Parts: sequence; C-alpha cells; structure tokens
Amino acid sequence: MYPSRFRYEAPRSIDDAIALLRQGAGEAKVLAGGQSLVPLLKLRFAAPELLVDINNLPGLDYHRADPDGTIRIGALCRHAELERSTILATRQPTMAAAAPLIADPVVRNRGTLVGSLCHADPQGDWASVVTALGGHVVAQGANGRRNIPVAQFVTGPFQNVLAYDEIAVEAVIPAPKGTVAGGYLKLERRVGDFATAGTAVALEMSGAVVTRAGIALTGVGGSTIDAAEAAQALVGGPLTADSIAHAADLAAQAAQPRSDHRGSADYKRHIVRTFVERILTRVQPSTERAA
Amino acid sequence: MTQALDEIKIGGLGSSRKRVEDNRFIRGRGNYVDDIVLPGMLHMEILRSPLAHARIRSIDTSKAWEIPGVRLVLTGEMMATRNLAWMPTLSYDTQAVLATDKVRFQGQEVACVVADDPYIAKDACEAIVVDYEPLPVIVNPTQAMAEGAPLIRDDKENQHDNVVFDWQVGDKDATDRAFEQADLVSKLDLHYPRSHPSPIECCGSIADFNRATQKLTVYMTTQAPHIIRAAVALVAELPEHMIRIVSPDLGGGFGNKVPVYPGYVMSILASILTERPVKWIEDKTGNLISTGFGRDIYLHGELALRRDGKILGVRMHTTSDHGAFFSDAQPSKFKIGLMHSAFSCYDVPAAHLTARGTYTNKAPGGVAYRCSFRVTEAMFFQERMMQAAANDLGMDQAEFRRRNFVRDDDFPHRTPFGFLTDSGQYGKCLDVGLAAIGYADFLKQKEEATKHGRLLGIGISTMTEPLGAGNSREYDILGIKMFDSAELRVHMTGKAILRTGAKTQGQGHETTWAQIVAHELGIPAEDVTVEEGDTDTAPFGMGTYASRSTPVAGAAVAMVARKVRAKARKLAAHLLEVSEEDIEWELGRFYVRSSPDRGVTIQECAMAAYSNMPDGMEPGLENVAYYDPPNLTWPFGCYIATVEVDPQTGVWDVLNVVAVDDCGVRINPMIVEGQIMGGLTEAYAMASMQFITFDTQGNCIGSNYMDYLLPTAWETPGYELHEVVTPSPHHPIGAKGVGECATVGGPAAFVNAVMDAIKDTGVRNIDMPLLPDRVYEALTQRHDVSGAPPVRTDD
Ligand SMILES: Cc1cc2nc3c(=O)[nH]c(=O)nc-3n(C[C@H](O)[C@H](O)[C@H](O)COP(=O)(O)OP(=O)(O)OC[C@H]3O[C@@H](n4cnc5c(N)ncnc54)[C@H](O)[C@@H]3O)c2cc1C
Repeated sequence: MYPSRFRYEAPRSIDDAIALLRQGAGEAKVLAGGQSLVPLLKLRFAAPELLVDINNLPGLDYHRADPDGTIRIGALCRHAELERSTILATRQPTMAAAAPLIADPVVRNRGTLVGSLCHADPQGDWASVVTALGGHVVAQGANGRRNIPVAQFVTGPFQNVLAYDEIAVEAVIPAPKGTVAGGYLKLERRVGDFATAGTAVALEMSGAVVTRAGIALTGVGGSTIDAAEAAQALVGGPLTADSIAHAADLAAQAAQPRSDHRGSADYKRHIVRTFVERILTRVQPSTERAA
Repeated sequence: MTQALDEIKIGGLGSSRKRVEDNRFIRGRGNYVDDIVLPGMLHMEILRSPLAHARIRSIDTSKAWEIPGVRLVLTGEMMATRNLAWMPTLSYDTQAVLATDKVRFQGQEVACVVADDPYIAKDACEAIVVDYEPLPVIVNPTQAMAEGAPLIRDDKENQHDNVVFDWQVGDKDATDRAFEQADLVSKLDLHYPRSHPSPIECCGSIADFNRATQKLTVYMTTQAPHIIRAAVALVAELPEHMIRIVSPDLGGGFGNKVPVYPGYVMSILASILTERPVKWIEDKTGNLISTGFGRDIYLHGELALRRDGKILGVRMHTTSDHGAFFSDAQPSKFKIGLMHSAFSCYDVPAAHLTARGTYTNKAPGGVAYRCSFRVTEAMFFQERMMQAAANDLGMDQAEFRRRNFVRDDDFPHRTPFGFLTDSGQYGKCLDVGLAAIGYADFLKQKEEATKHGRLLGIGISTMTEPLGAGNSREYDILGIKMFDSAELRVHMTGKAILRTGAKTQGQGHETTWAQIVAHELGIPAEDVTVEEGDTDTAPFGMGTYASRSTPVAGAAVAMVARKVRAKARKLAAHLLEVSEEDIEWELGRFYVRSSPDRGVTIQECAMAAYSNMPDGMEPGLENVAYYDPPNLTWPFGCYIATVEVDPQTGVWDVLNVVAVDDCGVRINPMIVEGQIMGGLTEAYAMASMQFITFDTQGNCIGSNYMDYLLPTAWETPGYELHEVVTPSPHHPIGAKGVGECATVGGPAAFVNAVMDAIKDTGVRNIDMPLLPDRVYEALTQRHDVSGAPPVRTDD
C-alpha cells in the first residue's frame, strides 16, 4: 500500500507547527499518533500535500488533575498512558473503563485521545466518553487559544471545527461537583475492533441523588450521539430500577443506528439499552450505600 | 553389546526438537519474496476493477505512460496479442489474466504498470482511465440460477447459464430405499460462508527473464513450485528446462498460494518485455478481494434414521459459489473436492450426494483453505447434521455418535461414498474427550444453570478425514499424478542434504524431515539440511497443501533414507569384511551379527562411499525416491467445546475446549500440537467472527483486516490437547496428516455448543459466523438464522 507523494515536516515548536499549517493552506494535515491518518494515507483515502508531525512538540505528552479536580489531557498523551493511569483509576471511572477498550495494545501505544477527538470517527470511543463528561477541546492557532465544547467540536463524520491552521493541544474534563460514578461498555466482535455499539455513562452524585448526568453513544449514528434527554431523566433523584430502565429506553431512542455487517439497527439499539442499564445498575448499590 | 543411539537425543521420531527455521524467522532473517532485490529490478502494480460486473468500453493508458519512471503499461488487449489475456485454471476452466471484454468481479485485474518504484507504479495506475458500462450483478447461487439471470461467462462457447457443473456420487436407488424404511428423517439446511485463507504474507513474484541465457527465473509465493513450472511451460510455451521457479520462505499459505494468479503471469510477461527483473507484491486488500477464497457453499442435508439411533442413509445436496471463474485447486476428477468424504467415520449403508456449482460476480478460488479439498465443509455439514439428528431423536449427542461409529474391528471399511478407511479407534477418542471435558458433570452444571436463566452448552464434533492425496490411480491435477518425492545426499563426513517436492510454509519441514532421516539412518537431525522450493534442485513433487506433505513427501523421505541405508549396508559389509547377510542394523550403526561389538557407524560408511568403496561400486551415497501412496491416511479428531451464551446480548464465551487427535505416529509432538492449536483458532474464528460477504452491487465486505477478522491472542480460548495413537497401516513410519484436522473438525464443535445452549428455543440452526446479533435474533425471535450474513442497510 503506497500513499501519494507528500511533504513531511516535524517542527519543534508549536508556533512553527502552526506556521507550517498556514503555509499548507488547507492541504496540510497534523500527524499525531498516526493510527487513523496513516491507514487513510495508505489506502489513498487521504492525500494531503504536507504532513505536520507534532510528535516532537515539547510539553504535550501529559495528563494531570488540577487541584480542583479538572483533568487535562495533552495532545501527545497516548491511549496506553491513560490505560495505566492512576489518576483515572481513582478519579474518573468512565474514562478508566474506556481506556483498555480502545483498539488493541499496539494501537494504544501510539494513538492519542486528542487525535481521536479530532478524527471524529462516529465509532471513536473517546468522543462519547468526553461528551458524557461535558469536556472541551483547547485549540491553539496564530491568534492564541480557544475552548470548544466537545459537543460542538465535532460537526459530522470525520469533521471538526478546527481552522486549518489550528492544533488541538489539550482535552479538558471539568472538575466534578460531587462524587463521580459511571462506566463505559462496548460491544466489539474482537479485540481491536471498532464498536458495534458503545455507551458512556458519567454521573455526579450528591449522596444518592444524581446531580449531573451524561450519556453518549458510540457507533450508532453519523457521529457521536449525546443522549442528553436520557441523562437529564436521571438528574434530581436517586437511581432506581425504574429510573434506570427509563433512562436506558431514552438512550435507545436517541440512537440512530444503521443495519450493517456488525448487526441490525434493532439489535444495536437493544445493546444501547442493555449497556446503559448495566452500567447504571452497577453504580446503583454503591450510591445506595453512600446515602 | 550394542551401542544404540538414543533416538530422542539425536532428534529422531517423537522428539519435540525446536524448529530450526524459527532461528531465522524470529531474528528477522527470513528470506521472503519481498526481501529479494535484484539489480535493475522494476516494480509492478495492478489496477483493479471497482465494479463487480461491467463491460469495458475503453481503457486509456496515455496519462500513465506520461509519468516519469513508468516503463510499461499492460492491458488485456496487449496480453491478447501474446495469447495471454486468458489462462487455464486447475479445474479445466479459463480465467482472465487482464480483462478484455468484461470485468466479472470487484477487484479483477484490469491493467498493470511497471515502473522504477512502486509509488510511481501506483500513481500511474490511478492515471489510467477505464470506461465501464455497468451490468447487473449476481452475488449468490440463487440469483445465478434465476430465470433470465445475466450470463456471466459469455466468453465461453456453449455456456448458456451460470451453472459450472452438476455432479453426483453415491447410490441414489439404495439411498431412496433407505429413506423409505426410515422411522424419522432429520433435515437441515446450512451455509458455510465464504472465508479467506489470508496468509500474513500476501502473494508476489519477481520474474527475471535473461535474454542472453533465455532463462526465466521466477521467485514467487507458491506452495507448489513444480506445478507452476509445468503451467508456465504449457501456458507461456517456454521450454521447461529454461524455467526455474523458486519459492523462498513463505509467510503462510493455507491453500491460498496453490493457484496461478494473474499477477504472476503479468510479471513474467513484463520481465520478458522490459528485459529487467519485475517485482510484484500484492497488498492485503488485493489478496483478500482477488485471490483464492475458501468455502461459500450451501447444503441441504437429510438423514434417514431408525428409532434406536441407527443411521440408514444420507442425502446431501450442495450448491457452491465459485465466483467468476472455476479455478478451484483440487484433484481434477472431483468437482466438489472430497465433499463425499462426509460420514466416513460412521457406518452408513447408503448415501447419495448431488452437487451444483455456480458462477457469480465474486472472486474466483475455492481453494482448499487448510483443508483437503472441501473436507472442511463435508465434516462441518456432517457434524451439524449429526447434532440435529440426535436432537430430533431425543438422544444424547455423544451416545448417538458412538452408536454409529465404524467399530475398531471393522477395518478396512468402505465408506458410504466409496473411500476405503483402514484403521481407527473412534470410540476411544470420544471417551478420552468426554472424560477430559467432564461430560457428565457438565450436563449437571448445565441443568443447574438453566434454573437461574443461564445458558450453557456443549458441542461435540468427531470426524475422520482423508489426508494425503493421493494415490495416483485416483488423484491427479490436470493429469499430473499426485505422488511426491525426496532426494537425499549424504556427504563424506556423514552430514546430509535432503530435498523434497513439497514446500514448507510454516509447517516446519526443515525440522521434521530431518527427524525422519535421523530415525531411518541415525544421522542426528541437526546434521541434515532440508531444502525445498527450487525447481532446479528439488525433485519433482506436487507441493504442500491438503495435509499431504507427511503422508506423501514424508513417506518419500523415509523411503529414500532406506535406499541410502541399503547402499550403506554394502559399504559396511566391505568395511567389516563380512558378507551383507551377516550384518545387522541398529540406529546409526551396522554390526556383525555374530560379534556385535564389531561395527561401523553410518558416518563411517559415508566416508567409505567417497574414499574406500569396494571395487565395482558406484561412489557416493545418495538416492531419490518417488512415493505413490497406496491409500490416503485417515486421522481422527474429536473436538468438544463448552460455552455460555449471554441471553441479553447473544454474546457467547468459550468455557473449555478439548481436542483429541489421532494422527498416528507423531514425528515432532510439539509441532503437531502447534498445528492443532492453530487449527482450533481458525475454527473458532470461522464459528465466531470470520466471513467475507458482498452487498447487492458486489462490493466486497471483508477487504481489509478491520472487516475481515482474524482472532488475536486476546479472545482466542485456551485448549486442552489429548492424543490417541493408531499408526497408519501403510505409511512407512505410521504417520498421518494432521495440519488441518482441527480447522476441519473444530467449527462444528463451537457451533454445536452454542446451538446446544439455546436448544430450548427450538431453533435448529444459526449459520456461521455466530455473531452476537445472529444469536440474539435466534434467541428472541425463535427462528433459524440462515444464509450468508447479509449486508444490511436501511436505505
Ligand atoms: C487497528 C485499529 C483499531 C482501532 N480501534 C479503535 C477503537 O476501537 N476505538 C477507537 O476509538 N479508536 C480506534 N482506533 C483509532 C485510534 O484510537 C486512533 O489512535 C485515534 O482515532 C486517532 O488518534 P491518533 O493520535 O492516532 O491520530 P492521527 O491518526 O495522527 O490523526 C487522526 C486525525 O486527527 C487529526 N489530528 C490528530 N491530532 C490532532 C491535533 N492535536 N490537532 C489537530 N488535528 C489532529 C489528524 O490530522 C488526522 O486527521 C483504531 C485504530 C486502528 C489502527
């Protein structure tokens, strides 16, 4: 598999990188982990004139928690780092559940969370997770930085709102106000497969009462689906068998799956319902204890 | 007072010596076709059809020629001027090398470019403009046979429909009578989906035609170099002695590298025209969408049963999908391979098989994917029918099999379709398997689990399969008889080189052949170099596929070693100054019968062959053996799997897998176990996730590894292996084929287990692969889920 001819640059500062993207005038592409872009190049589905490799940019391979609990993930933070993260394991159950389900170990060693958001694949797992958590992307361009909520960041399959000379430098998960709970479940045919259907559930609780909820769906629509109505139905009360079933139904209704070789639309919708229910049912007893 | 060698220590039979080839493979020092670089070498890329069925109005290559570095652009029209636009297949059909009139499947070769590097060649392919007129597309046999279906092979005279063949075997009248006497007829319709052997290394070749010497050397990915040489000689009309085919290290084959592919032919012509070496390396998509696939066949099966569980007769009707060209690689006289080996392990009085083959707008192939020519399908159908019949009778599935097995004292046994099996201990294998899985316990556990809404299931698959084609009376490919060969040359110091007509591609011949020599001659295995794959040096053989290497070439190795030993005996008599009759042999040494401490080693005999031979004896110590086996070998396999199905999602997990293999004498037990584990993994893949399907436009779904799923270490279950040893009565060292047994017998064990878990729904069948959504559909809708996995779209 031989890609078309392209120029390759590996700048050492973010300003140089942005300048190169400007030069590229829309015909340039950022190369992060390469786990989505390189296959596209090899298949000649993408044929950029210039690749701006950001792997040499300093200070982007981190993830950390601010004192207030805000979690920040730099553009060069790999999936594997998040999979091994004690920060996520202790503070962020939805992310911690998703990290080991992204692709396979080899892909996780290179691929990045920010790159996954930028790639905007409707089957990308991180976009659902970050959507459920109400996160945002920090973009940097010639005129400085701006914050873009993830829900607005993705505009369609494989499309985002970045200007051609902007680089996404960080993803941010806002500080929770109560205790956090949640999870991520994904149906895949094999390790390394994209989701037949995936569900991200993120809750903040005050005692047994849900104070904030996010539910987002992977692989069951033209882009990541924010099942806001389903999430909203949980807010203001405790988790009960009824509220769980109701939210799961609403989530299933929010899904817009297509039948394909991974399964029928009905089946995928059923999986969404089942998975939302399973995650919430697992959360329920621990919150009852907390109450 | 003899000093016999310890056979295990010298790496003889039964030694699990490490694979010698791995030394270079794991160090990255293998030598695959793509590793070979010749001076002045050019690179070839193929332009493939995006459409499955279309008339070619025109091909404009002018833009491609303009790209700097392009040396040659070939189209079907240019091939035709050399009579090379079409080539014969191994099944007496023809196949397009480069399309002239029409394209007949997505991915078909339309043009190729030869350039200074592969990037330029690829760019130039994109610059070729092809004007297609789309035609209606046929993607399954039902469409192919429908009234008024478009004719795919309008290139063939006298071809008025899309039927490739109608074929039958067995005794129709006797079978009809058996069904009349039946208490119960159990029926089942099954589909074995299209799959792909998918070796990690794709196909490729480097053709190097030397104008000065007139010699054509082709380095290529082939499992059967001598067949290729014969084919090139006949098709390209080049003199056979001027053709050298070299098959270097192969990154797997699994049957995919038996046929002759258009890319090989194009690279040869390109080298002749450019007078430069031309390398063609196929990419993964090219391999998956255009080269030999496996299976893709439908069955209607019926069993005539007596109340007490005795099978009275079998009816099978298969409908197979061969794609656009009938290029199955199989013994020529059997149109649907060895499908009629079904039910060989059962004592069935009457059987009848009818088979219909059809053309469709899909890639050609029908190769024996890790299987002796459709044996995989035969055994899968057999074991699915057996389970359904046991259920229909309300009989325990193990007991039903046991009642119908051919008994140990009933050999040789004529199978219902006419094969002759020669040995086996089927009941014993089943017993070992049932004990290992804890059958009785599991049934209790299952009953208990049912009370809690959990779904457990157990699946059994037992089968004997015909491995080691052939004997030359019955097995030939295009008239060439299916024997094999070995040539052994013992050097002066007792080291040796062995060459065979087989071609290893992962099976470990370099290790195991040396073990046979060690067993026969007492020369330590590490002193024997094994070389295969170069037609200028290796003796003529039919290559490696269908588990035939050990049964045929392996037998030839034993036979040639025995010939060498016979000569060494004469040398020993000379050295010991006694007559030959007074000499005895023990491993590695001849001695005088009356005084055993007077002896000479095989190495001393070798030295004498070059330095001290008796008057009148031809010097040297070497020989060649061509081996035509008297019969196939008949290994037996018993595979048992237990699973748990999640009733809410249809996801099923494998709990345990037990395999009991009787492959006769094991040359290298470690390699045998590796083959079985690999085979079980492919079986699990077929049952759970693997298939190639097509949408209504003939677009191939399964053209890359995101869609065509190979299992990884993560989801592959663990296996527990057991053995029973019944030596083959006719093989010189009692060995049988084993490379494919688990792939052949395994899938039914997994499917039967899932079907057993959901038995209470009354569902009789879910066709493979048992993807969760299909299992869930069966569970909730309580109906069979049949046919090729559809490519569903809502719009
Ligand atoms: C075999 C395989 C299996 C996979 N399975 C899954 C899976 O199950 N789930 C899943 O979610 N993903 C999966 N992926 C995708 C994987 O997670 C990718 O790593 C991820 O989607 C992209 O991240 P990357 O860093 O590799 O981005 P790249 O491939 O380098 O880039 C992807 C796109 O985003 C742009 N981009 C990247 N970073 C930035 C940035 N900082 N600023 C602006 N633009 C940027 C690029 O220009 C490009 O268009 C799989 C990939 C492979 C190869």
